[in-house]
Amino acid sequence: MELSTVWFLLIAVLWTGYLVLEGFDFGVGMLLGLLGRRGGRDAAAVEKDRRVMINTIGPVWDGNEVWLLTAGGATFAAFPEWYATLFSGFYLPLFLILVALIVRIVAFEWRGKINDDKWRALADRAIMFGSWLPSVLWGVAFANIVRGVELDVNHQYVGGFWALLNPFALLGGATTALLFLTHGAVFLALKSDGDIRARAGAAAERLAPITLVVAAAWAIWAQLAYSDAAWTWAAVAVAAVALAVLVVTTRARREGQAFIASAVTILAAVVLIFGSLYPDVMPAFDPANSLNVTNASSTDYTLTVMTWVAVILTPLVLVYQGWTYWVFRKRISAAQIPDPVGLTFEQSGAK
Amino acid sequence: MDALDLARWQFGITTVYHFIFVPLTIGLAPLVAIMQTIWVRTGHERWLRLTKFFGKLLLINFAIGVATGIVQEFQFGMAWSEYSRFVGDVFGAPLAMEALAAFFVESTFLGLWIFGWDKLPKKIHLACIWAVAIATNLSAFFILAANSWMQHPVGAVFNMETGRAEMVDIGKVLSNPTVLAAFPHTISAAFLTAGTFVAGIAAWWMVKLVRAGQADKARDVYRPAVILGLVAMLVSGVGVAVTGDWQAKLMFDQQPMKMAAAEGLCESTDGASFSILAIGDLNNDCAGVRHLIEIPGLTSFLATGDFSAPIKGVDDLQAQYEEKFGFTDEAGNPASYSPNLAVTYWSFRLMIGFGVGSAALALLALWFTRKGRVTDNPWFARVGVWALATPFLASAFGWIFTEMGRQPWVVAPNPNPSGVDGVWLFTARGVSEVVTPTTVIISLVGFTLLYGVLAVFWYRLMHRYAIEGVADTEHDPSPDNRPDEPDATDRPLSFAY
Repeated sequence: MELSTVWFLLIAVLWTGYLVLEGFDFGVGMLLGLLGRRGGRDAAAVEKDRRVMINTIGPVWDGNEVWLLTAGGATFAAFPEWYATLFSGFYLPLFLILVALIVRIVAFEWRGKINDDKWRALADRAIMFGSWLPSVLWGVAFANIVRGVELDVNHQYVGGFWALLNPFALLGGATTALLFLTHGAVFLALKSDGDIRARAGAAAERLAPITLVVAAAWAIWAQLAYSDAAWTWAAVAVAAVALAVLVVTTRARREGQAFIASAVTILAAVVLIFGSLYPDVMPAFDPANSLNVTNASSTDYTLTVMTWVAVILTPLVLVYQGWTYWVFRKRISAAQIPDPVGLTFEQSGAK
Repeated sequence: MDALDLARWQFGITTVYHFIFVPLTIGLAPLVAIMQTIWVRTGHERWLRLTKFFGKLLLINFAIGVATGIVQEFQFGMAWSEYSRFVGDVFGAPLAMEALAAFFVESTFLGLWIFGWDKLPKKIHLACIWAVAIATNLSAFFILAANSWMQHPVGAVFNMETGRAEMVDIGKVLSNPTVLAAFPHTISAAFLTAGTFVAGIAAWWMVKLVRAGQADKARDVYRPAVILGLVAMLVSGVGVAVTGDWQAKLMFDQQPMKMAAAEGLCESTDGASFSILAIGDLNNDCAGVRHLIEIPGLTSFLATGDFSAPIKGVDDLQAQYEEKFGFTDEAGNPASYSPNLAVTYWSFRLMIGFGVGSAALALLALWFTRKGRVTDNPWFARVGVWALATPFLASAFGWIFTEMGRQPWVVAPNPNPSGVDGVWLFTARGVSEVVTPTTVIISLVGFTLLYGVLAVFWYRLMHRYAIEGVADTEHDPSPDNRPDEPDATDRPLSFAY
């Protein structure tokens, strides 16, 4: 196999890692305002619930995010032309994603540092904004890549910002947002206990059928209109089966199986996206201008070096990240959440 | 302003901002790891209390450092896509290696350290913070390898057909003499930053407690932290000076124009003086510079080790570059190969001044705290607090100097035989072609406002937690401490968001 094809696959693997892992922590972030709602309960109970939610992803979300940085870095190293065209072409959506990720990161880490309702409310809004926006925009971006964009003869994106908001891309955005919402609800049901577990399970049950319909519509549209290969029907089929399993298992509250089903759905979606693209990495409306694994890639030397690095390090990453999930395998309930230890801005300081 | 100027401002603002937090993380993670190691080995509770106290400050800082680092990685593709096309084959490799080899370790083990206090055996939990500390330093190496390649391209060739730089030797890229000097210099500066941070905050507390009549507590808890910080400052201060000298000699060799600009040196001179104060129209005309205070021969000595060695001036270098490269601007005049003289002249001096000042304070402070002494001198506390800012400023000016001094090149050419010939790129050619000024204005304003707001929150959080001080007691939460207790599911977590 050509090394550039190996790297195409590796980048697909990195995106799979990112979307499957950060997908659930995006989902939990999006659900913060939906599941952690008043609904007649007292404020203290709502706050406990929100903290249970955040702590289910607490030890892992930062590690999950590195999959994105690695996918970005790998694209830069292995396919510089793709990296350059994509990120300069999709400048504004990417800017919005970066803003969202920045406020999300600091909100997670700083939320509990100040014991103040307004501060927490601000942090919660930042977490929700920072989870919703990228969840939608990643879908929009990938759908546009699958659909093809306007590239000139120098492989420069000349389509402008508004062309990115076409119906297929917007449906793609809805698909990723729904997938991550469901994935997050299922993860939360799997990792929490008590009241919040029941409500996460109920949310997953309601979300699964909607996700099934929207995701299936997008996948079939993508396959019919934009796929270069017939075998990617298999990915569509796997996604459909996984979504059907998701509907059944969320109804039966089989949380572990439901989580596997939502993870497989995301995996199948990535296979569909990358499978439809190959051998292009960024198809143009005029096929002569398309970027593909050959004309976008680095030299064989660079790819060889990077292959060695990836082959040695990626399994290691999987091992220690897997160990993290093992260390924090226990369910979290409101009973385990300690009282807030944050300071307040107003306190005089000296003890 | 056109997209180029806007993109340069954006890169400058986001990079200098990012590098407020990075050196503190790089230096503080190992210092916290050392504190925790002392606790694990001696069992003295004060070290656990100090670990938790400085650990909290580390985490507040780490979050914003990571958040702003993401912008750095994607900005190359967004605003500098022509640069990315030109160098991706070489420059992308260390970036990808950083993510795979270091950043994954850092983020994963930081999560384990934060949430693992009551989940992991004491020694494994300690290993987690060491993994974070080592990985942050490894991250710095890969990023500096990438940056050093822009300062001094090696291990690559220019491909006429594709118009790109192509890597031929990864070993050379990673053992670039430029990175071998820049890495210890940057790491020393990071330890100087973190040492000053630990010593300054602990010194403020020590004085406060002594004045409140609690000299015992000051001696028991804060003095050890002051000493740890001061020793780190002193050792790293020497490291910064030695590696800075090494870098200056490399710079003279690899980027003589940067050296000439840093000195405001117009004409080539034998035995060039080191200028301490200069006035004049530094920006446009180095002939207008008047040096008011200078040390004879010092620049020659710094550059070559010989007080009377010849140093090339800006004018001669300009002529030499004109001949070698022959680029002209739109009007047909020769391109200017010199950086902004005022910026390079002053940033170089401010870097050295703030760095040396910070290290000198460490010596003074060690004298005040010798032989178990604690002091109640309010000046000691005041200087401790003022000193906090100095290494941050030194780092910021250091980066402004090293990046601005390379202009007008984004990938600097090498007059020296160890560099690669033919691999160079003007900054003006690196900017994205399809990105409009309006687009860059949106992101420039957006990032600047967001960064401004976050800086306020970061400062207030750091300040509040610093003046909260070390906890009065701290119990050992590790599982080793409760061997007989059944693993109760409802036991509250020792750490939760």
